[in-house]
Amino acid sequence: MTQDLGAGRRASTATLAQARDDARGRADTAVEAMPYLPPSSSPYAPEGVDPGTLVWAETVGGPGYTHATVARGTRIRLEDVTGDACAHVVLHSALNRGERLNVADTQKIPWQAYLGQGHPLLSGDGRVLATVVADTAEGHHDAFCGVTTLAGNAARYGAGEAHAATAAGRELLLLAAAKEGLEPRDLPPSVSFFKGVRVAPTGALEWTGAAGPGASIDLVAEMPLTILIANAAHPLDPAEGYRSGPLRVHAWAAAASAPSDPWWSATPERTRAYLNTQQHLLARGIR
Amino acid sequence: MTVTWATHEADYFDRSEPLVPGAVVLDEEIAPRAGWSAVVRAGHVLTLVDVGGNQSGDCLIFDAADHDERYSVQSTLAAQRNAYLVEGSVLMSNEGHPLMTIVGNEVERQDTIGGACSKESNTLRYGHHTLFHHACRENFLLEGAQHGLGPRDLVSNINWFMNVPVEADGTLGIVDGMSAPGKRVALRAERDVLVVISNCPQVNNPCNDFNPTPLRVVVTDPGVAA
Repeated sequence: MTQDLGAGRRASTATLAQARDDARGRADTAVEAMPYLPPSSSPYAPEGVDPGTLVWAETVGGPGYTHATVARGTRIRLEDVTGDACAHVVLHSALNRGERLNVADTQKIPWQAYLGQGHPLLSGDGRVLATVVADTAEGHHDAFCGVTTLAGNAARYGAGEAHAATAAGRELLLLAAAKEGLEPRDLPPSVSFFKGVRVAPTGALEWTGAAGPGASIDLVAEMPLTILIANAAHPLDPAEGYRSGPLRVHAWAAAASAPSDPWWSATPERTRAYLNTQQHLLARGIR
Repeated sequence: MTVTWATHEADYFDRSEPLVPGAVVLDEEIAPRAGWSAVVRAGHVLTLVDVGGNQSGDCLIFDAADHDERYSVQSTLAAQRNAYLVEGSVLMSNEGHPLMTIVGNEVERQDTIGGACSKESNTLRYGHHTLFHHACRENFLLEGAQHGLGPRDLVSNINWFMNVPVEADGTLGIVDGMSAPGKRVALRAERDVLVVISNCPQVNNPCNDFNPTPLRVVVTDPGVAA
């Protein structure tokens, strides 16, 4: 399959002048996977969102990765454009990189293994890094299986390097982490959006697949946050070939969760998690 | 209310014996509420004994030569397509390689979903008055520091002898254990590994039957006669 990457030989590049003209002539090419700058110019700005408030707009290829450090109160929408995306997400506090997503606490503290609207993504320090504030994928997510590995993808698809068409999620997260100044040890277990897994009474992990094209989730950053995203096939995806599709990312300035939000007081555990977060930020002069 | 912080000796304790015979390489007791760590060589078998019954042993595993490669609950569960650890379960690394294999197990299933307790998460789970209760994360940090490991090296762990069922609607949590004094689990090292164990100090849920008790660790070399 030939993919239009907006690349390849177009004109003579024998002289510096020709090469410069050729290089400059490549701009203004639109392809599927690319960022939109300024973010307000995104052709896919979410409905009901003032494009002027966008701080990040991008389509991530499948497979591909992206990452950003965002302010508290940033609302991040991830959209599974074709129904084939799987967004593997890791979060770190931008205030202290040792504070990061703790999947066990994210499942245990709400007494709920399945991610959905209102679910807090907790750090290992008793605080909320981000909240899933909207979910049109109706719970087609997974916090059990994580990402694929180089060894696993090499065995299953023949290759798993980041540059391969069958890239392993972990290889992509390693790159995203490195770009944010993080190291391999900074990659804890991740959560996966848009591909669902459920636990049978026997403990068997059962694939429930995608919600379909256009499904989205919204995360709100509850503190200054670094987000790493690998868009790569899910480890349990039963498709014979490597399944991946474009992932759209839009983020805009909104508000962190407040006591008036239903998830703040959904359970006593969550209330205390938000209170811990609030105090942590208050002490730093962050409101 | 009086809280039992730990029981160090009792007539119902059963220190049992190694589950896999062989020359004894190491035989130590992890006091209630304490941390422990050691390198287990490839081929050796670590038997963990639940001396007092229903005592959670929170466990992390690292490649002894490269600590960046460490136990991954997610790689482990995805590989076996099951949420519970049983005999035959292979404990996988974050790079998708086997670190240890469960070669013997005397409880119905072992947990790796529930994670470790921490002073910080105690405040969410049980209220802010529990902030100063000792916790597994403290043991992991102190024990890990002896090997150059810090907070960035703590990942979701295994909880030997702890019971965390997942119900159909996703409800999960720690309930009464299925273990008993003298019950064992045995792990064969598939490469040289650093094993870090926190003998769980939690007294706010049934993971230790509200009474922390000792764990016994015996490492044997099955290749050499006892």
